[in-house]
Amino acid sequence: MAKARVNAKKSGKSPRPRKTERNLILVATRKGAWIYRGDASRQKWRADGPHFLGQIINHLVLDPRDGKTLLAAASTGHLGPTLFRSTDMGKSWKESPQPPAFKKKEGGRSVKHTFWLTPAHVNEPNVWYAGTSPQGLFRSEDGGVTWNEFSGLNDDPQYREWMGTEQDGTPDGPKLHSIIIDPRDPKHLYFAMSGGGVHETTDGGKNWKPLIEGMEVVGGFDPKTVTFHDPHCVRLCPSNPDRLYQQNHCGIYRLDRPAKVWQRIGKAMPAKIGDVGFPMVVHPRDDKSAWVLPMDGQTVWPRTAINGQPAIYGTVTAGKSWKRLDAGLPKGQAWWTVKRQAFAADRGTPVGLYFGTTSGELWASRNEGKSWSNIARHLPEIYAVESADIG
Amino acid sequence: MRVKVLIASPLRPYTGADEVEADGDNLGALLNDLDARYPGIRFRMIDEQDRVRRHMRIFINGEPVKDLAKSIRAGDEIAIVQALSGG
Repeated sequence: MAKARVNAKKSGKSPRPRKTERNLILVATRKGAWIYRGDASRQKWRADGPHFLGQIINHLVLDPRDGKTLLAAASTGHLGPTLFRSTDMGKSWKESPQPPAFKKKEGGRSVKHTFWLTPAHVNEPNVWYAGTSPQGLFRSEDGGVTWNEFSGLNDDPQYREWMGTEQDGTPDGPKLHSIIIDPRDPKHLYFAMSGGGVHETTDGGKNWKPLIEGMEVVGGFDPKTVTFHDPHCVRLCPSNPDRLYQQNHCGIYRLDRPAKVWQRIGKAMPAKIGDVGFPMVVHPRDDKSAWVLPMDGQTVWPRTAINGQPAIYGTVTAGKSWKRLDAGLPKGQAWWTVKRQAFAADRGTPVGLYFGTTSGELWASRNEGKSWSNIARHLPEIYAVESADIG
Repeated sequence: MRVKVLIASPLRPYTGADEVEADGDNLGALLNDLDARYPGIRFRMIDEQDRVRRHMRIFINGEPVKDLAKSIRAGDEIAIVQALSGG
């Protein structure tokens, strides 16, 4: 792979940022990406897009360390994966000359798409991590321009066994996601795999250990077998880096380090709702507050809002109790759901929450979920939503 | 060996044209030359294990080819297309 690549074009003229705009919602969809620019009140939002019309964008992330670098993980139904980078907030994009790819070897794997992007520690300003499908962990040390396999994990025989083959994965491919960096220590990382469990390193990736105790698996299987674990989304509390929350295929969990046993806090959810879902977000300043969006996980996994009545459930007690938060959301016949990357929180007061649906709707709450309003409809299927403060 | 290469529409943002020329004595060399001229194009149709991607097809004079060692001769016509699909 070589030097400069295509400069991706955006459909339509890129709106010039306005001084009053303080918030961004970064929306990655099955058919391109959009940037919604909001004023300080978070009431008015202006659409900037589509970027990369027709390309599958699995994740669009702003680097909070410089406030201007955007990375977009792209592929199409036919073409192989790539990665685009902008250093001017999406006015222009350049393709990575070396996107995440496995080493060439006999029987080697190939990256189908980059699924997850995480900027590294604040003290490592040009470092990013990427998770792929099939499961692979990659690192860039030049701001996302070039990527290499990270830590030997991708070829580790034990990890390859836990990852399983593509045949073992979900229809859209097994994924490595939820790459988390401890804000106190750049060598302390977590990641999760669907399937393949949650894992941790404390030495910068030299050694990894599973962190699955307490997590349940589908009935009839052995929870000691790492490969059976299917964490959907793991989040670390910025206000308390020792606290992790997790939405799993089999429940909602909390882990307070240094403990190593996850606690199933989803048991406090209403029985008729259950605790199956994909996304989970945490409060930026309160480690007792978090939100989930339960879905129908019966029989053939409809993965829709339960009874067609979507609702966020929030806790302010670290999962001891949950409250239904559906004011403003459709009261019935709404059969969408929200993917694991498509639910985000901002850092405002009160916290703003944003989610994008599989039916292409973008919803927002300016009051920590108490009420919801629609920002956009008729977008393509939304794969990821991120919030960024540019104030 | 310089030959004509027909470019699938999703790859035209790289080439800016539906037909270009490239050099190579075999398919692998030709794709490397194409990538040197249009950086990034190769990885979108050939994966890191040198396999033609699942939904991409490459034809030499109308014959489907997956082997990058396949020889190319003067006058050959190369077509890179994506698999047809519906829905």
